[in-house]
Amino acid sequence: MSEAQDFKYIGQRTIRPDGHDKVTGRANYAADLALPGMIWGKILRSPHAHAVINSINTSKAEADPDVFAVMTHADIPNQTASGIQNILAKDKVFYHGHAVAAVAAISEAAAERALSLIEVDYSILKPVMNIDDAISSDSPILHDDLFTKGMVEEPTAPSNVASRNELSKGDIQAGFAEAEVIVEREFRTATVHQGYIEPHACTVRYDEDGHSMIWCSTQGHFAVRATTASMLNIEQTKLNVIASEIGGGFGGKLGVYLEPVALVLSKKSGRPVKMQMDRNEVFMASGPGSATRNRVKIGAKKDGTITAMEAKLFYEAGWAPGSSPLGPACMTVFTPYDVDHQYVEGFEVVVNKARCAAYRAPGAPQSEYACEMVINELADELGLDPIDLRLKNVAKEGTQTLYGPKLKAVGLVECLEAAKSSAQYKAALKKNQGRGVASGFWFNVGGESSVVINMNEDGTGTIVEGSPDIGGSRASMQMMAAEELQMPVESFSAIIGDTQNLPYSNPTGGSRTTFATGMAVVEAAADVVSQLKERAAATWNVTPDQVEWKDGTAINTNGEGVLSAAEICGSAAKTGGHISGRGNISARGASPSFAVHLADIEVDPDTGKTTVLRYTAIQDAGKAIHPGYVEGQYQGGSAQGIGWALNEEYVYSEDGKLENPGFLDYRIPLASDLPMIETVIVEVPNSFHPFGVRGIGETGIIPPLAACGTAVSNAIGVRMSELPMSPPKILKAIQDAS
Amino acid sequence: MEKTHVTATVNGDVKEFLCDPSDTLLQVLRDELGLTGTKEGCGSGDCGACSVLINDRLVCSCLVLGVEANGEVVETIEGIGNGDKLHVIQEKFLEHAALQCGICTPGLVISTKALLEENPNPTEEEARYYLAGNLCRCTGYDKIIKAVMDAAKTMREDA
Repeated sequence: MSEAQDFKYIGQRTIRPDGHDKVTGRANYAADLALPGMIWGKILRSPHAHAVINSINTSKAEADPDVFAVMTHADIPNQTASGIQNILAKDKVFYHGHAVAAVAAISEAAAERALSLIEVDYSILKPVMNIDDAISSDSPILHDDLFTKGMVEEPTAPSNVASRNELSKGDIQAGFAEAEVIVEREFRTATVHQGYIEPHACTVRYDEDGHSMIWCSTQGHFAVRATTASMLNIEQTKLNVIASEIGGGFGGKLGVYLEPVALVLSKKSGRPVKMQMDRNEVFMASGPGSATRNRVKIGAKKDGTITAMEAKLFYEAGWAPGSSPLGPACMTVFTPYDVDHQYVEGFEVVVNKARCAAYRAPGAPQSEYACEMVINELADELGLDPIDLRLKNVAKEGTQTLYGPKLKAVGLVECLEAAKSSAQYKAALKKNQGRGVASGFWFNVGGESSVVINMNEDGTGTIVEGSPDIGGSRASMQMMAAEELQMPVESFSAIIGDTQNLPYSNPTGGSRTTFATGMAVVEAAADVVSQLKERAAATWNVTPDQVEWKDGTAINTNGEGVLSAAEICGSAAKTGGHISGRGNISARGASPSFAVHLADIEVDPDTGKTTVLRYTAIQDAGKAIHPGYVEGQYQGGSAQGIGWALNEEYVYSEDGKLENPGFLDYRIPLASDLPMIETVIVEVPNSFHPFGVRGIGETGIIPPLAACGTAVSNAIGVRMSELPMSPPKILKAIQDAS
Repeated sequence: MEKTHVTATVNGDVKEFLCDPSDTLLQVLRDELGLTGTKEGCGSGDCGACSVLINDRLVCSCLVLGVEANGEVVETIEGIGNGDKLHVIQEKFLEHAALQCGICTPGLVISTKALLEENPNPTEEEARYYLAGNLCRCTGYDKIIKAVMDAAKTMREDA
């Protein structure tokens, strides 16, 4: 589709189907399941950031009468499974908090006590805690077998640089030769965490003969099944993974941490096992998002035509090679700009920190922050309005991206124009106040989604989908089914099926759920419509093409007769059995979502404290199925990005210990830290989706970094180049400048 | 360790339970009484997901011992509303789409109830500061504050 459509149900602000359970406390999350005979598992974690494990002695813990099972790396059945060393370390620990051993005991407190009975002998190594140290020639090497991938010349020595990426279009040197003004800057961002409020947890039961069960909070229960089944050498059909309600993920619940450990403990003990991370374990051992060091150079003519864009990006992976989002960082950095000559070189670096996990638009916030800061400085140099500079070079339909495809219809022009005409852009600023504007781009993904709609005898339907619902997507599924079937939203319930109820579905990530799983819902609903028409035709003794489906009823166009879904479903037994529609798809055509944000920030020059005065988030949704939850994604992304820009960072001691693994010291935004966040939903339909949907969940975290970075810089008259801009750093910047 | 016998009124019901002197009220509510609507986000009083009312006073149940509830009146999310009839605060959270993942919602509903009992007509700033102990990572608080202000208005009109 490309034209705007009239919708009956889509675009309304319905009450979400899971809402009642969530406001009453009935909704069951990862830690909410208890089973008869259940015991508690706990993980022993490394107190060192980098050390060789000489020996692990578990005999005292095993002798404890409260302890039912103890395990180490050696107890994982498949010793060659992928990712096994992050589940439990083998012969080396690579970060403070690295899992080393696990116990299951009669109570949580008993398990905690038993951990102290496990004796681990370490030889401590010097940790490598940042990019500069990791790439220096005298750095300790984390992995003797790590040779940099993607180098022009085959490396002969191991390195902490895991890989090199390169993307290029046009002729970068020719582009800079055309430039009359060039701005080049380097930026640094700190290690951050997704900060979901629900800690990782699971309850599992191993069954030797039949079907083992995992109940857990995850963005992808099929991925949990694949990983766990592989580590335990069991067939997927013998492992059912049930996705509990999920208390936030933001990419951080795509990975697997506890489940294989819990299942081995359950196998050893013969008991159901529950495990729940403490908050400090969440910060130490899950997430985080990469710290980065990124240099961006942009050249332009005096009229504002950008001639060349170049970036050199360094991303931390944590300890595990391949764990950084370097690829998307390189892909996204310059996409808001239609510029012929672009060049990006990226490096992934291993350090003694937890293995990095995806974090909302993984990689894009850091690289686009660097680009957008330079664009704003370039606008100042050229004496141009920063929105006008962006409009002059704007990416639009037909723009050749650096990473491959040409853009289809996208809404960046509309977002920039909406920013320019917004109330905030016209609001006057006072002393010590600054404004920043920034664009953001995320490509979005499609992928595999499986949906079944089971029609009940009364004509209502149950949508069973394979995508865990993090932010209200069940409401969207309900509305899309209602639209396709022309039946009221309340006619449908929506649930997340277990891995044994549905074929494989990709995890909830990449802003894919409302787009791809929505397409599967529409396909399943269309399947239901065609079956309803067939049954009505059989009843009337006409052909299905003589039946029209309109306003939720079958109409006989070859005579008289109207049948409702309830009537057809109620007599389905007589017309061929009960009806269910299926949509098992691999969705293509995810179209990018662009955003533009405005931040107004006041800085107290005496303390460096920042106050966000006004904030506006504008983004292209293609078509907003449920505008309330689309706005919520924009606002939530903005808040996370503001936290990233202003306060959030991992603080490590010199010996590599994480010093702030809690919400008191890793300070995410509070209600009192933020103003209302104005939103504008731009709708430039995605022609690949039946209703025009684009994924919208991730883009919103990208622009706040540079919008806030620029606002603070403008407020204090000093160009800030490091995140977070916490009060001490701002104060130092002010003092250094004066 | 010997367990202590505790009697408390929880959501209007007199409950008796045995608890270890080191058990938190949060553990007792969730693991002994099966009231899992009260959530654990941090265990250190920083996130507010475990908010409950003791004698109408707002507390983090992870910072209160189970034995301290002896003889007291405890109200949890399960005691808000009346059966299928939601409390106005709960209705407004749904109407305003003031939740996404929902893990912080029970704590926020409890804290909002405490706020509006203390101050039926809060300014936006007062609401933001009162609720600063309840972390939400999904919403950016905008819709939460709108729901709270709307609930306050509706409760004043209904009073």
